[in-house]
Amino acid sequence: MSNALLENAQSFGSKAFPGWFHEQQRAAADQYESLPQPSRRDESWRFANLQAVDLQDFAPARPLAADAAAELTGRSIGVSSADTRLIFANDELLARPATAALPEGVLFLPLAEAMEKHGDLVKEHFMREDTVLGSRKFAALHRSSLRNGSFLYVPKGVKLEAPLQAFHWLAGSGQAIFPHTLLIAEENSAVTLVDWFQSVDDSKGLSCGVNDLWIGKNATVRYVTVQDWNRQVTSIQSNTTQVAEGALATNLALHLGGKYSRSESVSHLNGPGARSEMLAATVADDAQEFDQRTLQNHRAPNTGSDLLYKNALYDTAKTIFAGLIRVEPAAHGTDAYQKVRNLVLSDEAEANSMPGLEILADQVKCSHGATTGEINAEELFYMQARGIRAQDAYRLITFGFLNEVLERFPSGDVRDSLQASLLGRLRGH
Amino acid sequence: MSSEVISQLDVDRTRGDFHYPEEHKFDAGVGLTHATIDYIVDVKGEPDWIREFRHKALDVFLSKPMPTNWASKDLENIIFEKIRYYLSNAQKATRSWDEVPDDVKRTFERLGIPEQERKFLAGVEAQFDSEAVYSNMKKALGDQGVIFVGSTEGLKEYPEIFKKWFGKVIPTGDNKFSALNAAVFSGGSFIYVPPGVKLKHPLQAYFRINAENFGQFERTLIIADEGSEVMYMEGCTAPKFETATLHSAVVELVALKGAKIQYVTVQNWSANVFNLVTKRAVAHEEAEVKWIDCNIGSRLTMKYPGVVLKGRKARGEVLSIALANNGQHQDTGAKMIHAADETTSNIISKSISIGKGRATYRGLVHIPKHLKGCKNNTECDALLINSNSRTDTYPAITVRGSGNSVQHEASVSQVSTEQIFYMQQRGLSEAQAMSLSVNGFVNDLVREFPMEYSVELKRLIDLEMEDSVG
Repeated sequence: MSNALLENAQSFGSKAFPGWFHEQQRAAADQYESLPQPSRRDESWRFANLQAVDLQDFAPARPLAADAAAELTGRSIGVSSADTRLIFANDELLARPATAALPEGVLFLPLAEAMEKHGDLVKEHFMREDTVLGSRKFAALHRSSLRNGSFLYVPKGVKLEAPLQAFHWLAGSGQAIFPHTLLIAEENSAVTLVDWFQSVDDSKGLSCGVNDLWIGKNATVRYVTVQDWNRQVTSIQSNTTQVAEGALATNLALHLGGKYSRSESVSHLNGPGARSEMLAATVADDAQEFDQRTLQNHRAPNTGSDLLYKNALYDTAKTIFAGLIRVEPAAHGTDAYQKVRNLVLSDEAEANSMPGLEILADQVKCSHGATTGEINAEELFYMQARGIRAQDAYRLITFGFLNEVLERFPSGDVRDSLQASLLGRLRGH
Repeated sequence: MSSEVISQLDVDRTRGDFHYPEEHKFDAGVGLTHATIDYIVDVKGEPDWIREFRHKALDVFLSKPMPTNWASKDLENIIFEKIRYYLSNAQKATRSWDEVPDDVKRTFERLGIPEQERKFLAGVEAQFDSEAVYSNMKKALGDQGVIFVGSTEGLKEYPEIFKKWFGKVIPTGDNKFSALNAAVFSGGSFIYVPPGVKLKHPLQAYFRINAENFGQFERTLIIADEGSEVMYMEGCTAPKFETATLHSAVVELVALKGAKIQYVTVQNWSANVFNLVTKRAVAHEEAEVKWIDCNIGSRLTMKYPGVVLKGRKARGEVLSIALANNGQHQDTGAKMIHAADETTSNIISKSISIGKGRATYRGLVHIPKHLKGCKNNTECDALLINSNSRTDTYPAITVRGSGNSVQHEASVSQVSTEQIFYMQQRGLSEAQAMSLSVNGFVNDLVREFPMEYSVELKRLIDLEMEDSVG
């Protein structure tokens, strides 16, 4: 095998995982090698920087030194140190602080351990759905190279109040990690999970992650990702959310870091009354590129989805939003909404929007909107007239613009923590 | 049709068949090679620069892949080797009135198309006798210095104007079908309106029907010089029964400083036609270009009229209505390329999908770096009539830099059952109620159409709706 990314992955995979998964990894490695790189003719890569996903220079990450590991554990607080957490660095489990016992039957484990102890549950749900938004090749890379990740199982009727958190750290030059999140929430359960993606240093790295959320009948799941890589990291993240009858999924992404970040997010509304909220707030500056592709896939009648993506662009940053609402023939009574808003704060920034609709059923209510504009001069004047310096006014207005996304999330510690991260990110502007 | 020369067709007119005057027949045979190009150039007696232009275009056409990476796979059903790329007029009519399908005949009747025109539109007659009307109009226009001729005549008689703009707005290599058109074009109009001339009456391709205007590969070039105004209308609401299955036109508009061009299209090809059209305008300083585009017929239409807003304060507009019935795919939209400060563009698209019809909106709005005060507004509304109807929306919007404002909105809805019920309570049939609703949906756009079109359009919607319910 010619690819450095795969060679190492094979040797890791062989010792850690059960046979069925090793088989999958081997097949996925072949698939990764045989699938072509995205090209100019791929609609799902329109406007994208194709050079950014040439992954020749990366190799699977090596474990961290012991002292560095201890220090990182201390930095992995997130929302609250009271929460149960899984902490990974370079795809190795560093620590799993648990301050209070989880309700009976709830499993929050490293994926490698889950494969060993709950193999059938993992096998039944692991990357079952095809990757449809363009990153099939990178999903194959992820599967073939996966070493660990988090596994969350919430049994029927169990509702967790406090959020659970997972941390994924990336360290060292040319290192690649493959973070995975598998969440299974059974009927009538409720849970909030927060994934943090952060860099230890300033070196160039790759994160190729996948998260799969399975949300059972009438369950409520809130899943939050905070992407705060350093400015040298290439990130490819693929999300699939399966929403059963009467269930509610909320996906919220706060995109702050990275050099090139591609994120694909799919919500499958599988049962009547299923509902999905897809939310993202992005701050893009310097030469950062954020490439966001979404699909709201209505497969059953009377389902709802609501997407709000907001981007604030500084300097020479570039954003792409390509979203599709798809209503399958059976999905009558669908109520779907999609909105992307770009706030352009520099003369060199570039915002691309491709909001799409494919409607194959009737009795539907579907609409989308895309706007691109600048800060309203009157708002700015109003603030300045009240003694707020122009620069502060700009920052306040930008925060307010992005905060509208965070406000969609219920108030509490998680939202406070996200708002603090966002404010911190805007401080330099 | 074979290449044999039919010397005369003499049939008794009273029985509904028609007489064709003896004419020299030209036929380039099936398939497309460099020999076909030479044949067309020789027959049309075109200058050498056009010969070269066509040959180059053929190479481009052959080298370009089909755009099936984003467009309908139905394009793969076009068999280029089986198509005739050039026919002289006399060879086009081969059917008798009896062969014209009943539904087409019925539509003519309902639309109130004059008897004589029906036969032309049904493909029974090759020529529609409007020579007198046309030459009167030509004289009146000529007095004002307006040129209104066919594209072949234009390139031969007015090379100094024609050559300057021809192929400049839509270069040969723009897409596979613009290249095809560049290789084999014939028919279409060439119009030049001198500075300051404001034409009160629209120019209608209709009057030039006998000048091979409804060609398969028509090529239209309109130049509105500084401060002039012109409205051009092509097509008509009546179904145009066609034997040729591929139509690929190219239309280029140039609006110089302060000029205004309105281009109105009503497309109603029969349901066996692939209609793949490239239409684009360049609007210079303070010029205004408005495309009014209405697609009713064809099997697959792909058409995205565009405006390149090249001069400060230029304005572009696309108003589009698409009606997709069973077996039809209307893939239409608009492109707005902002290339100067304070340019504005507006796109309003309404589509109706009936039965298994599919309507697609595809749009492109582009605002490059360092421009100020550009504005775009896009609204797409889709109406679904039946449960197996389909509609798609695929806009692409790129904005570089601040100081511009772009908004896009789209919605999908259906005729409200309550409305229908209400109207039925008042004695309307379901079909009447349906078509009233649909007419209401497109009403604000139809009002922008020239009067004769809007009346016919309403009747046509009534007709289409009749079969969609019950």
